[in-house]
Amino acid sequence: MATVSFEHVTKRYGEVTAVDDLTLDIVDGEFMVFVGPSGCGKTTSLRMIAGLEDITAGLLRIGDRVVNDVAPKDRDIAMVFQSYALYPHMTVRDNLAFGLKLRKVPKTEIDKRVADAAQILDLGKYLDRKPKELSGGQRQRVALGRAIVREPAVFLMDEPLSNLDAKLRVQTRAEILRLHQRLQTTMVYVTHDQTEAMTMGTRIAVMSDGKLQQVGPPQELYDTPVNKFVAGFIGSPAMNFIEVATVAAGDGVRLEGPGVTLPVPDRLRQAIGTAAGRSLVAGFRPEHFTIGGEIGATAKFAATADVVEYLGNEELIHATVAGRDIVALLSSEHRVKPGDAMDLQVPLEKVHLFDPESDLSLAFQAAS
Amino acid sequence: MTARSRMAGQGTALLPRRLGRIRLGRLPLHLVVIGLIVIWLIPTIGLFVNSFRTAEAATSSGWWTAIFQPAQLSLDNYAHVLSQSDIAPAFVNSLFISIPATIIPVLVAAFAAYAFAWMDFPGRNVLFVVVVGLLVVPLQTTLIPILQLYGPKNLNIAGSFLGVWLAHTAYGLPFAIFLLRNFMGSLPREIFESAAIDGASPVTSFLRLALPMSVPAIAALAIFQFLFVWNDLLVSLIYIGANVQNQPLTVVISNLVTSLGGGWEFLAAAAFISMALPLAVFFLLQRYFVRGIVGGSVKG
Repeated sequence: MATVSFEHVTKRYGEVTAVDDLTLDIVDGEFMVFVGPSGCGKTTSLRMIAGLEDITAGLLRIGDRVVNDVAPKDRDIAMVFQSYALYPHMTVRDNLAFGLKLRKVPKTEIDKRVADAAQILDLGKYLDRKPKELSGGQRQRVALGRAIVREPAVFLMDEPLSNLDAKLRVQTRAEILRLHQRLQTTMVYVTHDQTEAMTMGTRIAVMSDGKLQQVGPPQELYDTPVNKFVAGFIGSPAMNFIEVATVAAGDGVRLEGPGVTLPVPDRLRQAIGTAAGRSLVAGFRPEHFTIGGEIGATAKFAATADVVEYLGNEELIHATVAGRDIVALLSSEHRVKPGDAMDLQVPLEKVHLFDPESDLSLAFQAAS
Repeated sequence: MTARSRMAGQGTALLPRRLGRIRLGRLPLHLVVIGLIVIWLIPTIGLFVNSFRTAEAATSSGWWTAIFQPAQLSLDNYAHVLSQSDIAPAFVNSLFISIPATIIPVLVAAFAAYAFAWMDFPGRNVLFVVVVGLLVVPLQTTLIPILQLYGPKNLNIAGSFLGVWLAHTAYGLPFAIFLLRNFMGSLPREIFESAAIDGASPVTSFLRLALPMSVPAIAALAIFQFLFVWNDLLVSLIYIGANVQNQPLTVVISNLVTSLGGGWEFLAAAAFISMALPLAVFFLLQRYFVRGIVGGSVKG
């Protein structure tokens, strides 16, 4: 059980900065997910916790101890690798026991922990097999088991599900969550898959270009992304962005863009100001679109359906608004057909607005 | 009716016919391979047949005539060679030289290969290039300087087994390190990282992971090295020289030929006696031999 904290941690490879001034506190017992596109520095951050990468600048603490110069084996962590990294010439039992033997844990204790882990992960039948005789999912469980038997203060997982097929991934995801609930140990989990991040994380740290963009519980990231990157990365299908500008209307302004008009949301009135001609970027999540009807103050779109993907209870509609592609997720009862003209609306409270220069959310700017 | 013709009769002729076409298509390939093997083996077969013939027969007619006149063949040459008093000790000497001269370089190379592949130290790549670069140094250029070093004024190990072991170790190491480093370098990095987190020191990682996972490459290398040392004449001749007690099989066999070139029929028989052990080793470890050669390219 331990906290992990990054204090202005930077990692450079020559000229390339992989992780840039990362400051982040991971709470004891938390399931923290690092998410971001390839090359965003999430795996490097994880490997720095493991001690597999040197830290160029800053301090890294596990618990109260600064671990910058502590060897991986002395950090009281266990890591599950994307490729599992099982020892191919050892049986499952030996794989599980290897770390304990090296630490001179008494034989009876090793046997007990291996048996416990095997029971938790349903590996009892396979203890005497070699890794090559196991399926992908079983290998993954052995890799998890190898971490469990160590009873570490922090679990580190580097995209552990990416080599599994879709069905097994969902199962194993649940298994890891159950494991976390049971052990209540700090877990740091790296993934590029935002769905995995949303479903698993107590908190999620979104990274891009080596920088931490935002950290918070999944719902916070979804509801109030701090910038355009987080808004576009969290949520599936991704958020639509349309450039809009303020236009004088009555005694204030409203927002207009190609094919879209919307009144200024009250909560952002101050941040937007009253000057006409200010450009902004408006963000709309596909699932917040409705078609027809009046639902109070809304952003209104004149859209033409282009491609319709039928998903059962919902339809994913690829449409164009004044030549721009947008994606809307609508109930399939509307039976939209390609070529249909649609009046789409998004409730005003669901609209996100971003400053086009800083990419920051106006809501975030208004608050800070 | 065979199973295949029955299948053809039932209208599923496609499969057998296609198989037949593939076989026919491969016929030229097989012919070429078989032809190459025959050409490759003819000198050895000739020597083998001649090893059963007298010197007169061998000089007066081609070895293939013996195939039609089996009466020419006898075991006299083998009997003569085996009756030489120094053959049995020479065989033992050969083993005495070959086994340590295989184990020492393979072991040293394994340590070096692990370090070159997985340990960070300054000048690692330069050092590796230097080691591999030593492959181009002809063995012959080293004979005189090393013999001087082994001489009575210096180490005084000329004529001893130790001198030959060290020489073979030095000659074998560049290739051995090269082969093993490339194999060990292809092992997955995560395994060593995982071991480091599990608490393994570099020595433990080497002994418990790298070494067992490199068995195919090590076995292949050991076979190469063993064959090289077993068949070696030059190195033993130079460093053991006239010390009759320590002479290996190759040196003793070459002594069967008189200075006037007589007695070469015994040489043929002796060559096959000397070949028996390497052949046995090869057939026993053949599996590793093939796997080791492709070991670096196909990660198993």
